[in-house]
Amino acid sequence: MPNWTQLRDDFPTLHQQVNGKPLVYLDNAATAHKPRSVIDTLTRFYERDNSNVHRGLHALSNRATEAFEGARARLARFINAADPAEIVFTRGTTESINLVASSWGGANLKPGDTILLTEIEHHSNLVPWQLIAQRTGAQLRFVPFTGENAEGLDLAAAEKLLSPDVKLFAFTHASNTLGTITPAFELCSLARARGIVTVIDGAQSIGHLPVDVRSLGCDFYAFSGHKMLGPTGIGVLYGRQKLLDAMPPYQGGGGMISVVDYQASRWKPSPERFEAGTPNFGDAVALAAACDYIDQVGREAIAQHDAELSAYAMEQLSTLPGIRILGPRRGEKRSGVISFSFEGVHAHDIVTFADEDAIALRGGHHCNQPLMKKLGLTSTTRASFYLYNTPADVDALVKSLHRIIKFFGVE
Amino acid sequence: MSADLTELYQQVILDHNKRPRNRGKLPTANRVAHGDNPTCGDQCSVYLRLDGDKIAEITFDGSGCAISQASASLMTTQLKGKSPEEAEKLYNEFHHIVTTGEAPEEISDLGAFAGVHTFPARIKCATLGWHAALNALKNDPSTTTTESHTD
Repeated sequence: MPNWTQLRDDFPTLHQQVNGKPLVYLDNAATAHKPRSVIDTLTRFYERDNSNVHRGLHALSNRATEAFEGARARLARFINAADPAEIVFTRGTTESINLVASSWGGANLKPGDTILLTEIEHHSNLVPWQLIAQRTGAQLRFVPFTGENAEGLDLAAAEKLLSPDVKLFAFTHASNTLGTITPAFELCSLARARGIVTVIDGAQSIGHLPVDVRSLGCDFYAFSGHKMLGPTGIGVLYGRQKLLDAMPPYQGGGGMISVVDYQASRWKPSPERFEAGTPNFGDAVALAAACDYIDQVGREAIAQHDAELSAYAMEQLSTLPGIRILGPRRGEKRSGVISFSFEGVHAHDIVTFADEDAIALRGGHHCNQPLMKKLGLTSTTRASFYLYNTPADVDALVKSLHRIIKFFGVE
Repeated sequence: MSADLTELYQQVILDHNKRPRNRGKLPTANRVAHGDNPTCGDQCSVYLRLDGDKIAEITFDGSGCAISQASASLMTTQLKGKSPEEAEKLYNEFHHIVTTGEAPEEISDLGAFAGVHTFPARIKCATLGWHAALNALKNDPSTTTTESHTD
């Protein structure tokens, strides 16, 4: 097992005081902090190798191209893609999903077709599908979650909903609100048996769980760099090569064409077809360093660490009077995300008070407005863990929450 | 608790949050407007009965943080009996308080919101109900959203 306390030394941002107290960072589902190795890689790239990729014939351009394509290969290895060409660099999960929706959806969806989603999707895996549904005349349907706190995905309902009119099934691998880890393998198997294309939103699972796109059997997998210790503004769309090569471009510009005439042009194959304009090579190279860091710690170990912290937090939070915890019950499998609410104390008041104790939380609808409405909530408070969090962070959270609910007269 | 936080969560605010005044729909309302804060998910509807040039009755409904709920509650107690012009003037004074922290002594309970100015992200919470009320007075039933206001 890695030494979790010792690896905190690798993260410069963690070592600071907020309001005179040591920072307790529990907002990892929003973004993660960066290890020194990622920051150094980024700096080194800009200090030494910076040059535009692909088109140049000079030394720096060659070095930059090599580093950029090396990063693509590293990302392919990170998720066990069959070929680096299946890795399209994007700005993040949101752009990755918009790319599939717009390009694959625009070319393949027609009136009467169904796009299947689940009830717990982040707005970034809902709104792009609404847009393409409006454009193509397709409709949206949703796999329900059962229980008053959306405890679990209804697998039997999913199987029923995967009917012949469904052309695409997009779902999250790990919920940003509930802490649910979905049965991605089973869902992909059900879809594949029916010839339905699958898109997995991996924003919350990448860097937290072992991800192997080929054993999952998905067609597309979307994720962001900044939630897996990498920089902001870089992400990946993994797509099976056969599907990517059959898709029209998402954006037009330099880098994605083979021949251009005044009236029409022809495209390069993927991944370049989907990377119009100067790509974000600096951040891609730093993202590869994040892959190295994560694999050095080990994703099995990180997943277990997340789960242990959440199990401890579930146990401790359950002692707070009047708390309502969403998602999987105590003792059930859960990622490092816990959302909760108290009758009579609003999430934003909790977050403001916790900040005074230097505890960084998130309060709100977590880009999950329809789910909140279904659960009869307008907002929740969310704590989310990563590899550098410790049981002491959970203790600090619980202590602070006691103080807050006492102040608001709930305890 | 820090001085800033004590200043933000004044007794008046906690009291209005816990025991909101004039909360609920107003069956006799002839003006209604709705406000929402898309970033937080806070919502506030204001119902009022305008009788000639006076706000005869006013209520609010919605959900949100202590600051937004207490502000809407206190607002209803301040706007009853006022004309639309007086309401607008009072809002300008309130806006000045929450953005600068300067509260004139004669301003009564609204001064409790002076502490908001040290928490810029919470100014929208404090003004949500007011925006809805002013829209209702202008007979503009469209939803006012904090994203379209500079405060």
